[in-house]
Amino acid sequence: MKDGEFDFSKTHETDDKVIPLRHYGRWVSGALVILLLLIIVRAFARGQIDWPVVAQFFMAPALIKGLGNTILITFLSMVMGIVLGIVFAVMRLSGNPVTRMFAGFYIWVFRGTPIYLQLLIWFNLALVFPVINLGIWEGRMVDVMTPFFAALLGLGINEGAYMTEIVRGGILSVNKGQLDAASSLGMTRLTAMRRIVLPQAMRVIIPPMGNEFIGLLKTSSMASAIAYAELLHRAQLIYFVNTKVMELLIVATAWYLIVVTLLSIAQTFIEDFFSRGRESGTPSFIWNFIGLLAPWRKTGRRAS
Amino acid sequence: MTTEKIPMLVARNVHKSFGENQILKGISLEVRKGEVMCLLGPSGSGKSTFLRCINHLEPITRGRIYVDGTLVGGRVRKGRIYEQTETENCRMRREIGMVFQQFNLFPHMTVLQNIIEGPVTVKRENRARAVDRAVRLLDQVGLRRWESSYPDQLSGGQQQRVAIARALAMKPKLMLFDEPTSALDPELVGDVLAVMKDLARTGMTMIVVTHELGFARGVAHKVALMDDGVMVETGTPEKVFDAPENQRTRSFLSNVDK
Repeated sequence: MKDGEFDFSKTHETDDKVIPLRHYGRWVSGALVILLLLIIVRAFARGQIDWPVVAQFFMAPALIKGLGNTILITFLSMVMGIVLGIVFAVMRLSGNPVTRMFAGFYIWVFRGTPIYLQLLIWFNLALVFPVINLGIWEGRMVDVMTPFFAALLGLGINEGAYMTEIVRGGILSVNKGQLDAASSLGMTRLTAMRRIVLPQAMRVIIPPMGNEFIGLLKTSSMASAIAYAELLHRAQLIYFVNTKVMELLIVATAWYLIVVTLLSIAQTFIEDFFSRGRESGTPSFIWNFIGLLAPWRKTGRRAS
Repeated sequence: MTTEKIPMLVARNVHKSFGENQILKGISLEVRKGEVMCLLGPSGSGKSTFLRCINHLEPITRGRIYVDGTLVGGRVRKGRIYEQTETENCRMRREIGMVFQQFNLFPHMTVLQNIIEGPVTVKRENRARAVDRAVRLLDQVGLRRWESSYPDQLSGGQQQRVAIARALAMKPKLMLFDEPTSALDPELVGDVLAVMKDLARTGMTMIVVTHELGFARGVAHKVALMDDGVMVETGTPEKVFDAPENQRTRSFLSNVDK
């Protein structure tokens, strides 16, 4: 019998082992990538970087304080963004055309202009309104609009515009039958929103919200433009004095990456919580990355 | 007139349109207490819309619907009907259970949480007592051991039985079923129909939109046939199925039998 032919007249079982295909291409591309990495590492090792300075400033109190400010402004702006997002999303979905258009206008303005420009406007608001009068209290705008407060308003209100669309998408993703079922039990619209719709919308809202949070952490570096003492601003102040520009930028890079990694892990846990009752989707990147370190985490689990 | 004599449902000349599109063109119907009424008719005839009008999930444009002597969705002042507030509608809906074609269980809650959600959140009932009754209801629909599962882990037939238990937990005086078996695999239909049959035997007033002619013939006290937004024929199953008066009833029945 010739090679490649099969004797169909015989009925006996065959017991041939199938030899796996060799992926030579993968070996080549893998080797190329490793080579490239080695070249980059070697370049940085030989480049004019004062690594001891990097180590020295990594835990420098001035930078840690800046990191604290970065986290603080990110957190507060995000809270403000979420509250504004829920309020404007409900307005955008309401039956009242005036509130609907107002919410649309808000999104149009704050999503349509650069955040850098918005920060400058808030910070310089004193040029337009030198005095604020709240009836019971009156003060000079320059005293109120500190770098912190201007950064909070700028980042928070801007974030609210993005959160509005995310929350609205989440609410719309919930099956209309859910509202029917809630109503047929005698729930008011508000109760149905709180007990039935929003908890289900969270499943859709959380992943993009995590991205927003991480994005906001990085965008907060823009506040250095209005002299808010966050991480990057502190790093700049130091290298203006000691001229170790690259070294301090590397320290800032490391800190941003550390915080973003921690946030990504937190996001995974929150997503798991809000997807209860549903088959879990694909595990996120971070768990793929450290999956070997966390064997207790089942991926194809059913909620119990 | 004693309350026993008041029909559970009275619909008089009910009209409903979505924009230019007339869905209901003057529906009149009466269902007495303890009666099981099956609504039949081709798809698009307005059966489901009419059912949704009964608990005011859809507001009607003309006519009146009374449930247990109370006007649905409005109140009469000086001979005119004024729309009532959302809060008043919610209070009325507590007394009317509804079961949907797509079950519409709350996917983020366990079976037990689904059933106690109405009593605890809406009626502010004691939680322990609500759980007690939920467990008994789960026994009744044969799903006792699934109480801590989530809806997605159940088959369609099981989900629908949970949905029936959820509606019953509110102690309704009227139950509405909107094609409860249409989304089910054929082998699962029987379990749901059995639960509904048991429920009918306890004297629950039920209005059932269905394509299950066997159920209508065996369980219903009255059958009504709708076509194109009009009530074509009403009567006992024997009369409607065996000696239909109307030509449209005859053509519907012969189409379904094929």
